[in-house]
Amino acid sequence: MVISQSRIRSLLRGYAAAALAALAAALPAQVAPGDAFPPIAAAGLTGGPLPETAGKVVLVDFWASWCGPCKASFPAYARLHAAYAGRGLVIAAVSVDESPAAYTAFVARLKPPFATLHDSKQALVREVQVPTMPTSYLVDRSGKVRFIHAGYHGEQTERQLRAEIEALLDEGAQLQ
Amino acid sequence: MKGLRKSHLMIPALCCAAALLGGCSSTAAVRVRPWERAALADETMNPDRDPLASAMIEHVYFSREADSGGKGVGGSGCGCN
Repeated sequence: MVISQSRIRSLLRGYAAAALAALAAALPAQVAPGDAFPPIAAAGLTGGPLPETAGKVVLVDFWASWCGPCKASFPAYARLHAAYAGRGLVIAAVSVDESPAAYTAFVARLKPPFATLHDSKQALVREVQVPTMPTSYLVDRSGKVRFIHAGYHGEQTERQLRAEIEALLDEGAQLQ
Repeated sequence: MKGLRKSHLMIPALCCAAALLGGCSSTAAVRVRPWERAALADETMNPDRDPLASAMIEHVYFSREADSGGKGVGGSGCGCN
C-alpha cells in the first residue's frame, strides 16, 4: 500500500494541530482585564484575616519576601491605603512565599497598614498566572479586573495606580 | 517520489507525535514560573557574591592567559593601557 505526499502532509498537519491543542489545554490562561478575579475567600489563604471586599475597589498585589521590587512597592501601597481606604479601596497583599517564616518575618519588619495574606500552597497565584513578580490587579466594585501592573516601577506605577483608583472609586460613587 | 509504504511512515510519525505530546505534559518542568523563583533569587546564586574571591580568580585567569585588561575595560588585552 502506498500513501501520497498530500496524505503525508495531511497526517503531519493533524499531528501538529493535536499537539498545539494539547499545549493550549495544559497551560491555564492568565487573568486579563475584563475577567472576574478569582474569589480570595475560596483560595485557602492564611496569614491574617480576610479583608471585606464586597462592593469595594480592591488592589490585589502578589509579592514575595525574596523579591526586591515587591519590598520597594510596600511604602507606596501604604500611601495609597492612607489616601483611599476611607473612600472604599481595599489593598490585599498576597505573599507567594513557600516558607511561612519568611512571610512572617517580612510582615513583621515592614508592618504594612493594609491586609497581608499568605498563599502558602501557591494556589491563587497559579490560578491567576501572574506574568512577573510583583504583579498587582486592580479590581472594580463588581469584582472585575480592570487594570494589571506587571512589575513595580516606582513613582510611575504609583502615579498610574492613583489615577486608576480614583477613576474606579468615582465610577462606583456614580453607581451608588 | 512516488510514495511511501504506510508501515515506513507510521513509525516516524508516531515518534514525532510522542515527542510533541510528551513535551506538552512536561511544560511545567521546563519553565520556572515567576512565583517559583525563590531559590534562584537567593544570594548564594549570585556568581559575584564574594568580590575578593572574584578578584583572586580574575587575577589567576589574567596571569595564566596573559590578557591583563581583557575583561571589563577598554583595550585589546595587550596590557599597555
